[in-house]
Amino acid sequence: MANIPQRVIHDWLRHDKKFPHVWCAGCSNGIVLGSIIRALAGMDIQRDDIVMVSGIGCSSRMPVYVDFNTLHTLHGRAIAYATGVKLHKPHLKVIVITGDGDCTAIGGNHLIHAARRNIDLTVILINNNMYGMTGGQCSPTTPHDAIATTAPYGNIEPDFNICDLAMGAGASFVARTTAFHTQETQNMVREAIEHPGFSLIEVISACPVIFGRLNKKGGAPQMMKEMRDNSVPLAAADKLPPEKLEGKIVRGILRKEIRPEFCAQYADLSKRVQAMGGEK
Amino acid sequence: MMKNYEIRLSGSGGQGLILAGIILARAAVIDKRRVTQTQSYGPESRGGSSRADVIISDQEIYFPEATNFDCLLALTQEACDKYLFDLRDTGVLIIDTTYVKNLALAAENTYEVPFTDIAIEKLGSPISTNILSLAFLVKITGIVKEASLKQSIAESVKPAFVEINHKAMQIGFDLAAKYGK
Amino acid sequence: MNKKTTKAKTTKIEPAEKQPTKLEELQEKRERKMVLMQGNEAVAFGALDAGCNFFAGYPITPSTEIAEILALELPKRGGVFVQMEDEIASISAITGASLAGAKALTATSGPGFSLMQEGIGYAKITETPCVVVNVQRVGPSTGMPTSCAQGDMQQARWGSHGDSPAIVLYPDSVKECYELTIRAINLSEKYRTCVILLLDEVLGHMREAVRLPDMANVRVISRIKPTVPPHWYKHYDENQKYLSPLASFGEGYRYNVTGLTHDQLGFPTNKATEAADMMERLRKKITYNIRDLVQIESYKMEDAKIAIFAAGIVARAAKAAVSMARQEGIPVGLLRPLTIWPFPDDAVRKMLRDVDVVVVPELNQGQLVREIQRLVKDRSDSKLIKIQRVNGKLISPTEILRKMKEGM
Repeated sequence: MANIPQRVIHDWLRHDKKFPHVWCAGCSNGIVLGSIIRALAGMDIQRDDIVMVSGIGCSSRMPVYVDFNTLHTLHGRAIAYATGVKLHKPHLKVIVITGDGDCTAIGGNHLIHAARRNIDLTVILINNNMYGMTGGQCSPTTPHDAIATTAPYGNIEPDFNICDLAMGAGASFVARTTAFHTQETQNMVREAIEHPGFSLIEVISACPVIFGRLNKKGGAPQMMKEMRDNSVPLAAADKLPPEKLEGKIVRGILRKEIRPEFCAQYADLSKRVQAMGGEK
Repeated sequence: MMKNYEIRLSGSGGQGLILAGIILARAAVIDKRRVTQTQSYGPESRGGSSRADVIISDQEIYFPEATNFDCLLALTQEACDKYLFDLRDTGVLIIDTTYVKNLALAAENTYEVPFTDIAIEKLGSPISTNILSLAFLVKITGIVKEASLKQSIAESVKPAFVEINHKAMQIGFDLAAKYGK
Repeated sequence: MNKKTTKAKTTKIEPAEKQPTKLEELQEKRERKMVLMQGNEAVAFGALDAGCNFFAGYPITPSTEIAEILALELPKRGGVFVQMEDEIASISAITGASLAGAKALTATSGPGFSLMQEGIGYAKITETPCVVVNVQRVGPSTGMPTSCAQGDMQQARWGSHGDSPAIVLYPDSVKECYELTIRAINLSEKYRTCVILLLDEVLGHMREAVRLPDMANVRVISRIKPTVPPHWYKHYDENQKYLSPLASFGEGYRYNVTGLTHDQLGFPTNKATEAADMMERLRKKITYNIRDLVQIESYKMEDAKIAIFAAGIVARAAKAAVSMARQEGIPVGLLRPLTIWPFPDDAVRKMLRDVDVVVVPELNQGQLVREIQRLVKDRSDSKLIKIQRVNGKLISPTEILRKMKEGM
């Protein structure tokens, strides 16, 4: 592990521009941003070559604060915009910051098709189990029975398992962690960026001000502790019987495999078509 | 300078009329004429009504849809009934009697030929009826050069089908020579 | 783990039997001889000649030929063709590609154009060049997919929420499909916005003999690149009549792009002054450059006492009607907008001064005529004859002539 000095985060932020940020006290988004920056700082990548793309939501405000090429897009569409950027300039590292509502409700179609294409995007999905920016409405990952402003009597819908969804759609790198596990997040981000194909990291996060209050989760420290105590590393989870895993967050790299990447496939196709003797 | 010559090829989807229209239009380009080709068809690719309009001229063609035909080819009863009354008094009517059994109007220049039956008999399939009847039309009206039609067919169909379509074309020409006055 | 989805797939390019024919045919058209060409084909070739190197789209009748041709052509020249999961993804992908430096285009029709509206608004507020071709069909909703209508004229202006600039071009021939596609891409690059090209279904599918100009005679405009060092770069600089330079991602200018109301650097803002500045910038970009944007054809208007105002395929019927009327000694002319947005207010005002009667035929329930009425309201002596139709059938020259005579 590269030795990352403390100043590093400061150096990668747009300090002189748009601070303070919009996130509430106790929000996990800043912690996740710290992990992402530390991961990137330890890699041999120029900031000019990093494009951070996001949709709409609390986590999607992240690109505004970091000193990369940043693209804050429409609700749900981050992956589609990122696909355009990546296909035109495949050498750029394209990181998508998104949330559970942004990526699996309104943007669900783009998620599954990018995963199917196996285009080399790194999607970091910060899952706070509801819509935070608009005040606590139900999302596809709001747990059954949880309270949301649009589910005031309790949510009757089952929730998505985002990692299963991504794997089912063909993502070649899928991992899950929590905002509490900062070092693990940092390592996963690095591995996901290095992975040549579609990668998705689900970072379970805490929204104490909205979700926490609605569901009586206590404050930010309690929610952090819950992430620590209620999660199990993949290796340990494999040894536990199913009943003991009930309600637990399984952390780890759930899938990592190499299969043909979309931009590389397109480059191959283009080369072969040109060799076929298309016009000059 | 000749005024616009308006041709409507009509029938049902799958009879290859739009391709016939494209081939005729391309032959007109080979003849260095001005041409527009438009079409109308339903959302389905087979069945339903289908038509292709070709307007050939030596001057600029403004409106690309045939409204007052100099020549109408009708391969189905429905198409014949629908468009017959938009044929000019002096216009040429060509019908496929395999499918068109009733003529509501006796036009002066009417050619009644069982194109589909002939295609089946001589080529073993109705698939080239479009080219056969188009060649007939070309020979009767003289609207494009026969050699241009031949070249246009070669440029418009898949290489494997050029020969059979040229054969259909020749049958159409021969028939027209027989029917022609 | 799902073994089926994880298995590596190998793609072989074994050209299907029909492919060489199509390739050869396309090749021949590139040789710039007089050839028979379809409107949609002309759009595809215009895009390529204007330097389009990125297409993302979703198949939809009657625009699909544009995608099919670019799927054949773009890989040959190192460009990207990608079929996206829907039209929303398509407009998003071309906007992303454009920010990375591509000249990007998509093509669609009615229902897809509706889906794209949000993304069109995004391209406009972020001032990202891109082109949307909408081959109009009969609506609303699924309507009549293979039939002609001009029902999206106002949607092309106002379809996306909020006030935004609009540059919308409207060809009337296969040759003009080629020319206006080039112009659409040029204007999108110059004005840093989403330019819309509206086609009529009949035009998209119509074939005419055309000869493409030699490339030496094709004028191609590309976005201006910044020359200042990155820390001086303002993504929304207000120099040069608001036509400011545009850096691409990966060139060292690490700027922010957002669909939120933003300041000159591209950062979100809630300040009233900055919000007002941004909105004025979007508006003035058009109004300061109106002469460059508006194109209009004036046909036999010099001595006309009656004017027909029509666009696209309807203008072709109108031209035929003008010829027929002139033979009868009726002094009729045609004013045809090639740019429908911004609307050619000045040319229409002049027309209204010069003539006694204006005929507005259109394949909708009155979208062009609204604009004429907006400009005519202080001239109650002007007669306005409306010819409107939405049933999939065209308006014919004789019909225009008849209605004109009835209303005279």
